[in-house]
Amino acid sequence: MTDPGRSRPVLRESYAQPMLGGRESSNLGDILERVLDRGVVIAGDIRVNLLDIELLTIKLRLLIASVDTARELGIDWWEHDPWLTGKNRELTDENRRLRDRLAAIEERLDERQGLPMRVPEQRPREVERRAERREAVRREADVRGGNMRGAERHEADGRGWEWRGG
Amino acid sequence: MGADGSGAVADSGIYLYAVTSEAGEACLKLRGVLDAPVRKISRGDLAAYVSTVPLDQFGEEPLGHLLEDLDWVGGVARAHHRVVESVAEAGPTAPVRLVTVYSGEEQVRELLARRHDDFLAVLSRVAGRREWGVKAYVDPESASHAGVGGPAERETSRGQRAARPGTAYLQRRKANLRSREDLWRHAVACAERLHAALGEIAVAGRRHRPQDPQLSGRKEWMVLNGAYLVDEERSAEFAAAVMAFREAAAGAGPGTEADAGDGAGVGELGRVMGMDVSMDIELTGPWAPYSFTAVELETGGREGGAR
Repeated sequence: MTDPGRSRPVLRESYAQPMLGGRESSNLGDILERVLDRGVVIAGDIRVNLLDIELLTIKLRLLIASVDTARELGIDWWEHDPWLTGKNRELTDENRRLRDRLAAIEERLDERQGLPMRVPEQRPREVERRAERREAVRREADVRGGNMRGAERHEADGRGWEWRGG
Repeated sequence: MGADGSGAVADSGIYLYAVTSEAGEACLKLRGVLDAPVRKISRGDLAAYVSTVPLDQFGEEPLGHLLEDLDWVGGVARAHHRVVESVAEAGPTAPVRLVTVYSGEEQVRELLARRHDDFLAVLSRVAGRREWGVKAYVDPESASHAGVGGPAERETSRGQRAARPGTAYLQRRKANLRSREDLWRHAVACAERLHAALGEIAVAGRRHRPQDPQLSGRKEWMVLNGAYLVDEERSAEFAAAVMAFREAAAGAGPGTEADAGDGAGVGELGRVMGMDVSMDIELTGPWAPYSFTAVELETGGREGGAR
């Protein structure tokens, strides 16, 4: 007990164990939560990354995301939101990007041809509006404490203290 | 999905567990995922801990299926965790997300070189500190018996005698829902007080989303799933604070039952510490600083800066 900060076993025995009531200190749930959801995420030039296959493992991620608690609070929007169920999200993003680029190119073309500026198409805006709505839903869900992706975003941006549900 | 640009057909990959400063020397008799020996790859003042994994399991496609298999995931997760923990014992450590597989050691060295400053920043943030987990549970069943939302319940039992069975059932149900809502609100407020108090000792704190009962193994509501980064010198103080809250919240509870229970004892203590709902508070750790190394490193490869 000379240096409780460093010597893990001492800490585990003297503090952690009695509080856990005899249960194993590192249960699989705690471990899964940490290794799947936290830590350094490296994207880009590696061969395989959980990010790449995240879409396939939505089941697993939902398990981590505490489905029951969320449902109890009425947060089951992901079940109805095709945007969240896999590749659709990528497609939507890509769609938006392509439309933006198309609009920009058309604009430039029009300018070059000396034609009056085109009224921008409705579609890109509509997509954006939908994204905003989703954002709002997510924020709402976030505030209520059970959110999956919103929480992730918080973790990624937030350093230090963050308050949810206030 | 299979082809990956590289000409050679490799059948193994390099699984990355954690990045540390070169100074730390973890025990390398360690076995990692699939019981493979763990080794250290150094570059400059950083080191990466890796092991070789077969791509017939850790390739993108097989992995997609295997990740649906909770037993398989559990095995990999435990192995990953084991390596991270023992590396973290030796010095400041940045755990890497589960299943990060490179095609070769050279790529890992490259990563250490290119993201050198980012890793160093992460490592200096967690140096000399450990992560602790604190969870708080409320049992909606026992708490509603303890008379949360008391007036509503009493109202119901009075109404019950007068009303017909169907109506009485509905009333009971309504009151029950209302008292559950009340309880939830109170419990969340308690959890926030606890979180704030622990934040006075910790250098940083995060509230994670509550765990699924399947993961926690408990049916109660998890109202706090906090992670705290604590200076090693203050670990004992932190644990003692959690203990104090645990004691205060154990016997606390709105309504009359808590008072009847221990007289002025625990119920009073609970009120003083702002724990007016009976909660079970659980401390786990120390952990490697998983929750405080959650940075995203975009190494700008194949996406071409799409994001």
